[in-house]
Amino acid sequence: MSDDQMVTIEVDGRELQAKAGTLLIEATDAAGINIPRFCYHKKLSVAANCRMCLVEIAKVPKPMPACATPVTAGMQVFTRSPLALAAQKGTMEFLLINHPLDCPICDQGGECELQDIALGYGNDASRFVEGKRVVQDHNIGPLIATDLTRCIHCTRCVRFGAEIAGIRELGALGRGEHMEIGTFIEKSVDSELSGNIIDICPVGSLTSKPFRYSARAWELVQHKGIAPHDSVGSNLNLHVRRNQVMRIHPRDNEALNECWISDRDRFSYEGLYSDDRLIRPLLKKNDNWLEVDWQDALEAAAQGLKKARGTSGNRLAALLSPSATLEELYLAQKLMRGLGSENIDFRLRQGDFRGQEPEYPWLGQAIAELENLNAALLIGSNIRKEQPILGHRLRKAALEGAQICFLNSLELDLNYGAMQLVNSPAGMISDLAAVAKALGASGGMIESAEVGDRHRQIAEHLSSAARAAVLLGNLAAAHPDYSLIQALASAIAEKSGAVIGYLPEAANSVGARLSGALPGTGGNNAAEMLANPHKGYLLLGVEPGLDVWNPGKAMETLAQAEFVVALSAFRSHSLEQVADAILPIASFAETSGTYVNAQGDWQSFTGAITPAGEARPAWKVLRVLGNLLNVAGFDQMSTEEVLAEVRQLAGDRKPSSNAVDRPINEPTLKASGLLRVGDVPIYAVDPLVRRAASLQKTRDAITAAAGLNPNEAERVGLSNGAKVLVKQENGSAELRILIDPAVPDGCVRIPAGLAGTEKLGGQIGNVTLEKA
Amino acid sequence: MANEVCFRNMDQDRPWLLEHYRSRGGYEVLTKILREKIQPESIVNEVKASGLRGRGGAGFPTGLKWSFISRNAPGQKYVVCNSDEGEPGTFKDRDVLRYNPHQLIEGMVIAGYAIGATCGYNYIRGEFWEPYERFEAALEEARAAGFLGKDLLGSGFDFELYSHLGAGAYICGEETALLESIEGKKGQPRYKPPFPAHFGLYGRPTIINNTESLASIPVILEKGGEWFKQLGVENSGGSKLFSISGNIKNPGVFEIPLGTPFAELLEMAGGMKDGSKLKAVIPGGSSAPILPGDVMMQLTMDYDAIAKAGSMLGSGAVIVLDDSNCMVKVLERMSYFYHEESCGQCTPCREGTGWLYRVVKRIETGRGRPQDLALLDDMTTKIAGRTICALGDAAAMPVQGMLRHFRDEFEYHIKHKRCMVG
Repeated sequence: MSDDQMVTIEVDGRELQAKAGTLLIEATDAAGINIPRFCYHKKLSVAANCRMCLVEIAKVPKPMPACATPVTAGMQVFTRSPLALAAQKGTMEFLLINHPLDCPICDQGGECELQDIALGYGNDASRFVEGKRVVQDHNIGPLIATDLTRCIHCTRCVRFGAEIAGIRELGALGRGEHMEIGTFIEKSVDSELSGNIIDICPVGSLTSKPFRYSARAWELVQHKGIAPHDSVGSNLNLHVRRNQVMRIHPRDNEALNECWISDRDRFSYEGLYSDDRLIRPLLKKNDNWLEVDWQDALEAAAQGLKKARGTSGNRLAALLSPSATLEELYLAQKLMRGLGSENIDFRLRQGDFRGQEPEYPWLGQAIAELENLNAALLIGSNIRKEQPILGHRLRKAALEGAQICFLNSLELDLNYGAMQLVNSPAGMISDLAAVAKALGASGGMIESAEVGDRHRQIAEHLSSAARAAVLLGNLAAAHPDYSLIQALASAIAEKSGAVIGYLPEAANSVGARLSGALPGTGGNNAAEMLANPHKGYLLLGVEPGLDVWNPGKAMETLAQAEFVVALSAFRSHSLEQVADAILPIASFAETSGTYVNAQGDWQSFTGAITPAGEARPAWKVLRVLGNLLNVAGFDQMSTEEVLAEVRQLAGDRKPSSNAVDRPINEPTLKASGLLRVGDVPIYAVDPLVRRAASLQKTRDAITAAAGLNPNEAERVGLSNGAKVLVKQENGSAELRILIDPAVPDGCVRIPAGLAGTEKLGGQIGNVTLEKA
Repeated sequence: MANEVCFRNMDQDRPWLLEHYRSRGGYEVLTKILREKIQPESIVNEVKASGLRGRGGAGFPTGLKWSFISRNAPGQKYVVCNSDEGEPGTFKDRDVLRYNPHQLIEGMVIAGYAIGATCGYNYIRGEFWEPYERFEAALEEARAAGFLGKDLLGSGFDFELYSHLGAGAYICGEETALLESIEGKKGQPRYKPPFPAHFGLYGRPTIINNTESLASIPVILEKGGEWFKQLGVENSGGSKLFSISGNIKNPGVFEIPLGTPFAELLEMAGGMKDGSKLKAVIPGGSSAPILPGDVMMQLTMDYDAIAKAGSMLGSGAVIVLDDSNCMVKVLERMSYFYHEESCGQCTPCREGTGWLYRVVKRIETGRGRPQDLALLDDMTTKIAGRTICALGDAAAMPVQGMLRHFRDEFEYHIKHKRCMVG
């Protein structure tokens, strides 16, 4: 019987068509016939342990679990026959005897699968008169609260860890009714996808710690949203009570996030309510910050920009966050261009601007296609932590046998088998050239590359795969020879037949290009804007000490400017050092707008809540600034109107990562001295997540340190915990040494985006260490 | 008529040694098979003809089980021996391991040859340290003599055999939980299908048989399936090991032909202890429903006779109880066992075994309520047949058996808050 053959079955007298071999519960779910279940989950392996979905099948004496029974032609199923109901009700009685029935104080109450199904299959009184089981709770970290007494042992969380998160952090320990969910050795659950176990837990055994005891499910109003931290564009449901985001859940979208979201997308809403939230406009008067009303603030901002501009728009420059919406980015660049400035950029963390970039670089394929790859080379990417949902897709490919290769300046903690080529940033270039050479590419530095076995293996994996991709990640973009990496990657893709794709850093990195947030002819890019001091700067959603490639330089240059106006949702130490006016803007969930994700989907959303305090949506602030500065075309009444203009500007551009002519230059980065590897940790990527209190308590929320591998540390005579003075360009930072075997020789890992690194230079570049 | 199969060498001094095993024709069948390259199909057919039924308790025909494996399927296949003898009352496989380990090894190698497997595991109950050591020593001897390893006796057939010591979980005697345990996972039964013949150890085709079953193979092949079958009775071919224990004079393991009257077995075990009167018998391990003594005295020890009386021959663990036993207490002990040993995977068993135990314990300690017996009746129907493996049934059946035959003792206990006996 072929797998695709359709068979006819009969369920409760109704004829259904289903693919032969489909599980019965899938067929009934598709037909809208409800069979109660707890352990079954469409994305997890079948456990068949809860015994709730027992149904009667003609000619089978015992009731059978619908979740584990494949359909066969002519099968006659009764989901509510006396035998089936007796089995289902029997299971329900057993589930409830040891369940605490503490629904009134349980966070799951009102949205609990056990509660719902008990209504249909439970009794109104219990026959169980013995003492109930009580289970000790565990502290499994800042995100997930345990109430293990409520556990019904469905093992969804255990299977999620093994099958989706890719780390077995939870297990079912003990036998019989002593079975408990736990970590065995007391530890936190650290997966970047861990919060999903809150959703899949059918009872209140695993609940959200930040949300705990703060609202009841029925008080919440659900709004649709789009995740703001990476380029997946994960679909969200924002749960709001009285104008406050109380929690965030995933919204199913098979093409993007399936039914999962990353912890970053789930818990970052806490940042909205941080003490740092800027709720009134601020003006700097005599080095003091004064809270002023909007009228004064806007007039001062307009005047300041006008004065700085003087007679030439070229004296102004704008650094725009790639996490801003399309509409905000569009209006910001329109304002700058209206003032005669072409100095506009969103590529704040890019390390090299030579060569021509594709107009509309993207993932190179649909997100869902990642799981069908047979081979991939990821250059400078920690995809698991940078775009966790894309990492999950890639892991699925790896589990199906895809050969995944990483070329990076840090050894990654992966949850699947992959080849990792770990080399210093300078060495990465030689490695790439060697892979290109192994594939038969030529020209420039490829000629002199030394090809080793591993390069040949990567070349072989890519060229022999039916579907292969070369993907460029965040650390590649931050590389001082990014243009060369792009050129070499293009050569590798071309020679191997692989697709080239970008793993865009932020929620709107792709959209920013479509909104015109790039320098025009003669305009300065992000690096040039900081290298060449300008009189006036517009910052949108940027903390200059944390959100740019070279924060030391940014702080220095901005401090010299005549006038810096910043639109920011938060008070910020580094911003307050350099700005002259800070206008409070709406953050995530507080404004309508649009993001374009890695696969080129334009996803618009509406605001779920009104902005905090006096904050206003940035698009409105920019609109008023346009009016005050007498720039034409600032009469939009809604983001939809702005979006229409963006669509016109973007035209019918189709996403394409194909290489524009790029020469293979000699690398600028030399392997001499100690090179800094400045990756951006998962919970440091933007102002919102940096202020999300619970995420900042996780193990992934690291503090700034200077990471050396044991050999390197010995070579420079520094031990773990030693205080050092890190010097880079004109700045320095006092940090502690962290012995980290993941760092290659000749390198020191000093992450960017973390407090304490504001005065340092570029994310990748030469540093010196001195004992402090 | 006794001691012709697994215990055929029991009269010897240190029968577990290779030389003593060989002196009784040990390894000759294997040698013949390898030398003459006997068709594997004919071996399977001979086992089928013998009427040998799985001696672990389920009684599934061994030859039929072997025939489910497609011998020519590519890739690794496994032979697994279930020596996780944990059913309360059962202690026969222990004696096979202790006194006749080579016959088991020979049986396993032949099984491997028959199904095309080159690797076997013997999963030995965690508490069986001495049997484990005996078996390990026997493996060494067999390896040294060329009965295990590569290219056995120059036949081109390879077979390696390993023992695996369990860690003390009854549930690992369930064949798929046993496989999980060998794989290094928590011992929990797998949902079936797929059965081990298709998806067994490490996902490969596997036959898994009881120790006694596998140890019977060399003798069956030596003397012929028909000979073995004729030892027993219709539907219950061969002889079988019975572990008899309880209030009798000489508890122990006896190999007797299936179909032997229970009364004869009791006599072999020396009869009841002095001054005690037979009250009841659990004929096939603790999960088999109990039968009143007078019923048992009319029965023969074979699959059909015991089944007809409403119980099971099971693993052949015969627990004999005299009239000093309070049946409520007996059931409390048994229910406690299943409550402790449920793996916890399936709801009805995880929750139900604990509930059964607590209700029985309540009755035993004088806190029973009139409605408790109906509750027990009802609960057992909601556990049995509703779980992945048979442990749920095993926990329910003793309760059902007790309430069928000795309900009056439970009622007395509830009413008078004390035992009817003693």
